[in-house]
Amino acid sequence: MADYQNIFTRVQVRGPGEPGIALPSHDMPRIGGVGFSNLLGRIGNAQIGPIHLGGIGLVSLILGVLGFNIIGLNMLASVHYDPIQFVRQLFWLSLDPPDPKYGLSWPPLGEGGWYMIAGQLITISILLWWVKMYRRAIQLGMGTHVPWAFASAIWLFLVLGFFRPLLMGSWSEAVPFGIFPHLDWTAAFSIRYGNLFYNPFHALSIAFLYGSAVLFAMHGATILAVSRFGGDREIEQITDRGTASERAALFWRWTMGFNATMESIHRWAWWFAVLCTLTGGIGILLTGTVVDNWYLWAVKHDFAPSYPAMFPADAIADPSAAAGGVK
Amino acid sequence: MNREPYLLPVTIVAVIGFAALAGWFLKVPSDKTQVGYRGIGMEVNTNRKTSAALAALNAVPEPQPPLEAAEMEGPRASEVYKNVKVLGHLSEAQFNRVMAAITEWVSPEQGCAYCHGEDGNFESDAPYAKVISRRMFEMTQYINGDWQKHVGQTGVTCYTCHRGKNVPENIWFDNPERNAGRMVGNANGQNKAGVKLAAFSSLPVDPLSKFAGGKEHPIRVQDQVAITKDFDKTIQDAEWTYSLMMHMSQSLGVNCTACHNTSTFGNWQQSTPQRVSAWHGIRMVGDLNAKFLDPLKDAYPAARLGPTGDAPKANCATCHQGVQKPLYGANMLKDYLASLTPPAK
Repeated sequence: MADYQNIFTRVQVRGPGEPGIALPSHDMPRIGGVGFSNLLGRIGNAQIGPIHLGGIGLVSLILGVLGFNIIGLNMLASVHYDPIQFVRQLFWLSLDPPDPKYGLSWPPLGEGGWYMIAGQLITISILLWWVKMYRRAIQLGMGTHVPWAFASAIWLFLVLGFFRPLLMGSWSEAVPFGIFPHLDWTAAFSIRYGNLFYNPFHALSIAFLYGSAVLFAMHGATILAVSRFGGDREIEQITDRGTASERAALFWRWTMGFNATMESIHRWAWWFAVLCTLTGGIGILLTGTVVDNWYLWAVKHDFAPSYPAMFPADAIADPSAAAGGVK
Repeated sequence: MNREPYLLPVTIVAVIGFAALAGWFLKVPSDKTQVGYRGIGMEVNTNRKTSAALAALNAVPEPQPPLEAAEMEGPRASEVYKNVKVLGHLSEAQFNRVMAAITEWVSPEQGCAYCHGEDGNFESDAPYAKVISRRMFEMTQYINGDWQKHVGQTGVTCYTCHRGKNVPENIWFDNPERNAGRMVGNANGQNKAGVKLAAFSSLPVDPLSKFAGGKEHPIRVQDQVAITKDFDKTIQDAEWTYSLMMHMSQSLGVNCTACHNTSTFGNWQQSTPQRVSAWHGIRMVGDLNAKFLDPLKDAYPAARLGPTGDAPKANCATCHQGVQKPLYGANMLKDYLASLTPPAK
């Protein structure tokens, strides 16, 4: 028989649902009743509902679904409304940005117009969801850490689809809406601008991305490992340090020579995650607007080596030079 | 309080075991040849699993028995036979020898009748295949004479492409999907599953129409200075080039590093001499399609034409067929120099 020993438990408690605190009178009410899901309870809170969408959330959801459907229906149309081909080719299908010839002007619907409409709907939807998130945080008396972390991701999204295309003078620079096509875009983008791996902001972004994973694993493992000593009450241990905190700290000092604190580890995690998309966005924004070949930029700034040729110069001479120019 | 002490170790063993098994079965036994500066992964990989099948596909047929010196003398084919326009400069024996060869290379099953019909009227131009093959002789001579920068002294013969088939295995047509100007669902010439020409990616499906259809289109998309103001290649341009490169990679059975240092694709100094050869190859294919292959569209029956009514055209795979040097570099031309190189003017 399972028993209830600490906060970290897989035992699911069933009682009356928690409806949440009362909302101000001008707010839209929460909708739906309270239900419990055993399956969801194994990975999170078993209680589902009531749901608060609110006016902003509702508009965000409608615009998002609209944009999503424009993308999906264009994909479906591109396989001539054949549902089997839609499923078979789904990962290949895409709604592509306008042709470069349209620059920043409005393209015909079939040549990027739908992309522009879907992109705008989804952008507004995401921004509204940010507003909802911010307002919920304020209303619960929380800090606004979550919305600002979300804003960092939105920054990268806006750089890719809005700021950079704007600076480049062409909406065609934006990313296609498709599974493989957006990966193709990524590869082509890197090749076009001389290898993004030599973009120092890309390097930083990767460091923060992988770093986030490492920190997440270290922190999750540490707290799980000391929950038997009350480490699951980590927030209380920030102010009232107990044996769990002491042991966790000692463990990392012995294995790593340094330890974060119950408080600082959360700042580490927050900043790593936020800086991942923040630096990534800077790296994308500089590509093509400021730097056109990152490898050569890196060689110029002694950030990458330039390798010697392995063949005689005439064996690897650019043949187009003899043919009269770049082809 | 761990209620399932076995759960974690079992999971770990299962995951590692699965990965090891998958690795064992998916492992590609490959040979690697270093082609660039040390430590930067510039290697050409060959797959030992497929190399036996490739070797069989690229086996070279025995040449026709050589001729005596005396057999090259005497009256010319143009004097002996009627309506000989391209090979008229050969002796009768030389002419018949190359006819025997092309029969073996192109129509081993139908024999002479494939081009000359069943009625024994060898001078007739009525069978379309004869009109085509006459032009193909001219094309072969042209390649061996004017495109040595790509084919070298090895040259090409009919067999390089045909391999015993009436129509070479690897040909391409314009893709009608490309210009679908519909209001919804414009796939933009790409985003299609199962396209071999695009190496099964979602890249543009028809790179050859842009780069090897006879119209010269810039392939280079990478600036060769760190910061510039006057290079206007778009990401879409890069995707087209990418698709072309995937086609080349697949046609030759090589990876990117056969030609490029992939950390800086555009840099010639860090490339291999194969890139120079490939540069000429792309232009050669475009030239052949424009000069010889596409103009033949009126000579073909409708069944041989593509969905937009264009003639079958050549790409890298037409000759290379999965290996870096067609037929592993075997020189078949040396046995047919008189017929398959341009006649002396």
